[in-house]
Amino acid sequence: MSAETEAPDAGAPDQPAPRVDAAQYGLAAVLLAVGAYTVVDAATLEVGFADPVGPRVFPFVIGAGLVVTSVLLAVATARGSRPEPEAGEDVDVTTPADWPTVLKLVGVILLTVATVSWLGWALAGAILFAGAAWALGSRTLIRDVLVGLVLAVGSWYGFVVGLGIPLTPGVLDGIL
Amino acid sequence: MENLGLLWDGLGAALTPMNLLYAAVGVLLGTFVGVLPGIGPAMAIALLLPVTFGLEPTQAFIMFAGLYYGGMYGGSTTSILLNTPGESASVMTALEGSLMARAGRGAQALATAAIGSFVAGTIGTLLVAMFAPALADVAVEIGAPSYFALMVLALVMTATVLGASPLRGLLSLFLGLTIGLVGLDLNTGQPRLTFGVTQLVDRLDIVVVAVGIFALGEALWVAAHLRRKPASVAPVGQPWMGRDDWRRSWKPWLRGTVYGFPFGALPAGGAELPTFLSYVTERSLAKRGVARRRADAKDEFGQGAIEGVAGPEAANNASAAGMLVPMLALGLPVTATASVMLSALQGYGIQPGPQLMTEHADMVWTLLASLLIGNLLLLVLNLPLAPLWARLLRIPRPQLYAGILFFACLGAYATNLDPFDIALLLVFGLLGMAMRRFGLPVLPLILGVILGPLMETKLREALTISGGDPAILWSEPLAIAIYAVLALVLLARPLLSRWRARTESQVVAEAHEAETVSEGAQR
Repeated sequence: MSAETEAPDAGAPDQPAPRVDAAQYGLAAVLLAVGAYTVVDAATLEVGFADPVGPRVFPFVIGAGLVVTSVLLAVATARGSRPEPEAGEDVDVTTPADWPTVLKLVGVILLTVATVSWLGWALAGAILFAGAAWALGSRTLIRDVLVGLVLAVGSWYGFVVGLGIPLTPGVLDGIL
Repeated sequence: MENLGLLWDGLGAALTPMNLLYAAVGVLLGTFVGVLPGIGPAMAIALLLPVTFGLEPTQAFIMFAGLYYGGMYGGSTTSILLNTPGESASVMTALEGSLMARAGRGAQALATAAIGSFVAGTIGTLLVAMFAPALADVAVEIGAPSYFALMVLALVMTATVLGASPLRGLLSLFLGLTIGLVGLDLNTGQPRLTFGVTQLVDRLDIVVVAVGIFALGEALWVAAHLRRKPASVAPVGQPWMGRDDWRRSWKPWLRGTVYGFPFGALPAGGAELPTFLSYVTERSLAKRGVARRRADAKDEFGQGAIEGVAGPEAANNASAAGMLVPMLALGLPVTATASVMLSALQGYGIQPGPQLMTEHADMVWTLLASLLIGNLLLLVLNLPLAPLWARLLRIPRPQLYAGILFFACLGAYATNLDPFDIALLLVFGLLGMAMRRFGLPVLPLILGVILGPLMETKLREALTISGGDPAILWSEPLAIAIYAVLALVLLARPLLSRWRARTESQVVAEAHEAETVSEGAQR
């Protein structure tokens, strides 16, 4: 694996980067578990008649492939292979990850999952937009709620009237 | 010439006032979403797929065509006006394009990108119309073993040839194949990897997977590492080109097209390599012209050379057209954008595969005709609208990413009107974020999800014929040839990537050097 990204010797001058990316062991472990479960799950299937391959071969191969590659990843990690995080226009990979923001966003989406059937898309969508903007650091709550309402009510009408996809009206049934 | 007649019929089907309206809406929406920072063409199409759910297939295709070219053009606008490219295909455009924008020639950069995209896209689409049917005629004769080999080739090449780390590519590929397993086994009807959840039995909706990995994953990843000070936007006026700009642009457009189209059609070709090759070619041609003291020669590379935008942009669009050849003729997607488009076709009950071109010929011709129309509309609408698009780059980031979250959830919810799909979207969004953190490439995963089930079908078809003897997999000459090509590429890969890494780092280093020099001169 000569093409692996090797750890830079002097990546950050004031705080030396750890030589081994420990989180990668976690990734390897999760993928190993997924691969193993795929194999176990496939073993419970029954092979039909007149089907020489059956439903088991393909998952066996894929699960085994995942197990082998995740073990290789663990080995590569121990030998100092580090990932190359994806860059982008608004991404600054030199800063440590901002987990509170991500958790807040996950919470906002879970709230949408829980309430969308009851509140309907027009309200749940507005809460989703305003909540996500708040989680990402916006402090203009009233404006965000208004923008969210316009987006959500607009998209509700667009889908229901324009495209014929009946998004739930929820508590606003009869008002919209 | 029969093909041109069919294309003409396709144009007839596509050219009604209503369809033109759909094309225009598609172009505008596509550019709008594509311009937004952090959104590439594949993500733009994935996010906008739900808009086409309620439409007839023909109208949906016309809108796709608009979305497709609009999203691509939007992406190049972003990379010219911001100094940071959003995706690998626009790295080369960003090099000279952002320098031009800072030197006050942003308008010319946008114009040469738009017109070059139009030229390359039109030539590319016409080439698809010539080649795809011929290839499709051959493709229907391809047996299951060879088709299986072709899919292995596409998947292994995408996983190992692109990207910095073949190991991570393979991990991503196997994970994608695993996701593709979820649901009922097609032959025996037994559930696999469903955990007893009824919504998983019908297989995962590819829209939810794609939007989760591309859109939500990206939004969460950005949220974790949001640049506190957004990149500065270069000012831009009405795009236009002077006589000299035209003279310097037309050859790079054509050369870029020649590079882009064949690479786009290859598995693991994509737009990355042809844009790079086009950039290197234009640069050395400019240097050689100056060295030979040709009267009209100019070498502005490092200070914003228009050739460095015209060539790579044309190559990018030509490769986007080239990828339609394997997609339409073989049903084989080779890029992220193609795989999202193909999954959209599946939504209309159209199965990817070699029979696509023969069974749904009228639809394919309409799509090709719509691509030509979308391309033209793009030019007509976007040249005047460019200053407006540039303003989109100033949207405050919290609201921008909240909007992406909003539309991602809307898209997932609209597929089945089941909140479960939003939860599933979140799962794939978190996976997408983790993949970006761990440097796992996204493309092999998406291709694995889409091609996995098809591969299994072909494998079982082949082995049922042979009664379980695996020797049938290499019983056809074509299959043997494909495996030989694969072996050759895997052997040559280390050499190739070393050469490329060296040349590329050299080019980028020189560009940066020139940039610091010119900045120093300004001070």
